[in-house]
Amino acid sequence: MVDARDLGTSPDEVQFRFRDDEPADHGTITVDACCDQTNATAVRIEPGDDARVLLPFLDRLALIEVNFPGFGDGRGYSSARILREAGYTGELRAVGDVLIDQLSHMRRCGFDSFAPDKRLDEDDAARAFATWEKVYQRAADVRRIIADIRHEA
Amino acid sequence: MYQYDQYDQAMVDARVEEFRDQARRRLEGKLTEDQFKPLRLMNGLYLQLHAYMLRVAIPYGTLNARQMEALADIADKYDRGYGHFTTRQNIQYNWIKLDDAADALADLAKVEMHAIQTSGNCIRNISSDHFAGAAHDEVADPRPYAELLRQWSSFHPEFTYLPRKFKIAVIAAEKDRAAMRLHDIGIRILKNDAGEIGAQFYAGGGMGRTPMIAPLIRDFVPLDQLITYAEACLRVYNRYGRRDNKYKARIKILVHELGAAEYTRQVEEEFAHMLSAGVEPPREELARIAAYFNDPAFVDGPKTIDRSDPDFALWVDRNTHRHKHDAYVSAVISLKPVGGIPGDATSDQMRLVAKLARDYSFDELRVMHTQNLLLPHVRIADLPALWAALDAAGLGSPNMDTIEDIIACPGLDYCSLANARSIPLAQRITERFAANGRTGELGELKLKISGCINACGHHHAGHIGILGVDKKGTENYQLSLGGSEAEDVSLAKITGPGFDEDGVIAAVETVTDVYLGARQDGERFLDTYRRIGMEPFKEALYG
Ligand code: SF4
Repeated sequence: MVDARDLGTSPDEVQFRFRDDEPADHGTITVDACCDQTNATAVRIEPGDDARVLLPFLDRLALIEVNFPGFGDGRGYSSARILREAGYTGELRAVGDVLIDQLSHMRRCGFDSFAPDKRLDEDDAARAFATWEKVYQRAADVRRIIADIRHEA
Repeated sequence: MYQYDQYDQAMVDARVEEFRDQARRRLEGKLTEDQFKPLRLMNGLYLQLHAYMLRVAIPYGTLNARQMEALADIADKYDRGYGHFTTRQNIQYNWIKLDDAADALADLAKVEMHAIQTSGNCIRNISSDHFAGAAHDEVADPRPYAELLRQWSSFHPEFTYLPRKFKIAVIAAEKDRAAMRLHDIGIRILKNDAGEIGAQFYAGGGMGRTPMIAPLIRDFVPLDQLITYAEACLRVYNRYGRRDNKYKARIKILVHELGAAEYTRQVEEEFAHMLSAGVEPPREELARIAAYFNDPAFVDGPKTIDRSDPDFALWVDRNTHRHKHDAYVSAVISLKPVGGIPGDATSDQMRLVAKLARDYSFDELRVMHTQNLLLPHVRIADLPALWAALDAAGLGSPNMDTIEDIIACPGLDYCSLANARSIPLAQRITERFAANGRTGELGELKLKISGCINACGHHHAGHIGILGVDKKGTENYQLSLGGSEAEDVSLAKITGPGFDEDGVIAAVETVTDVYLGARQDGERFLDTYRRIGMEPFKEALYG
């Protein structure tokens, strides 16, 4: 069995974080293990995992990592939104092949921390997070969408 | 037609800047080609055999004269003076330099146009009935719904890295002029028994190597839940569509493997959840958009015209379509001159068509999935003048829906995936039938050619379909019969062993001979085929 420590990213590896609380500093376990282990507070979702099996445990979870082994696999975006729609308020960390041009979409889907495999250029990332001043569709970020703004009294 | 407000404009401007930045990072080596590729694709930029190809979105095929002129300018400025209109109601430029791409996108943004999501594994440009808002048989204009979907699907954060591309078509008539059930999602706007307007959803259609006709998954979605239902369909696909094999990644495979009932059940579950999460835009938004699609100020006028010129009368019979106002028609501008390249237009032709749209069609134009152009609202009284102008510019071919109105993909002349050439074959077939004088006698006969199994030329849906295959390194063509993309949708069946280029042209002629010999009163080719079956055709081809 893999040491739990090996599975997660440590706070040092987190390059961008949009939260004020202290980052959880404990290893994450797999989704399967999380369902059996009643005291786990951090878990890692792989692309093929069903994020909904975690819903009963959201209260005790402080960190959920969503792994992107390759940036072209977009299942993690749905996982993130599903967790936020279910009311998860803990840290939601995108890890793995996280690149500049995915940051704004990930942020909209509810990710609030990012631990890319390769550190990203800070200026490029800042620009990427700010790409969309306004947005067309609802997502996990509860921004008012363009259609709302258009129809404000 | 729809006009951008400050927010729409800001979105496309932001996209141009984002792409400039991506191109810069690619040049600085911060992005690998593998990382850059999906980004440029989502901005319509493909690498083809000889150069980059830029595919520009024409949302639901509608544009105005100023936009058409901008397309002509781009053809002159960045390409070789022409463009190619596609089966997705878009336009493609085949000779674009990567260095110029961002400038071309900036030029497009100035006229409220873009190349957003015309490629890549995302929700593509929404297509619609080319007669939308003009046809006599619609319950509503489908384009406001298409525009609502366009905005929702643009830069959708959850659905930008789908298993595969995703195409949506919206229609609002019983007649299907948009191949609706051959899309990943097909939406038909209709009225229920209570007289309310809503949307019927079909899911899992498509062409490509495994053609499928989309099954009905929802009879009636109320209009204030349209986006929510689409979102549910997409989420189930994003989560469970196959990603292990790119040839099995389209939603049609998911729907097929799960079964339509199980896919529907999962969508309904997600839909119920999303209704409570609340993703629908405010109801007033649809009304705001719909106001842009109000009818222009039609005026009454003559309903008949002088048909003494037989050439003109033929064009009127073949290339005009019944309008909801009886003093008007919709007029098809054929991009299929005999011996020409299907769908190609020069910049001069584009400018002329723009001018004609201003003069005769309330400044409005359409691109048809049959790779023709269309003036949606032409006064019957104006037809002679319109026809004279078109005819003088080589745009007056009277061949809509005839064997000369061939759909052909770019094929081996441009496309790096092709097995065989499509364009020269289309050229030779039109020449053959123009010479033997059979075009008129054959009536409605839809011939469609794809240069490879990807089926961009819709060969599965052709009354006669031709598919280019690679046979021991030489170009070979498979013939198929009996397809239809219309409301009587069906997939064509292969006749038997393939042919070389000369052979397949002769085979098309043979097949039309069988039809003419067997047809009963008023039957189209397709009707005769359906009645008599494949055997007589096989017999004549191989017997
Ligand atoms: S059908 Fe094949 S050859 Fe034709 S354009 Fe599509 S990919 Fe290229």
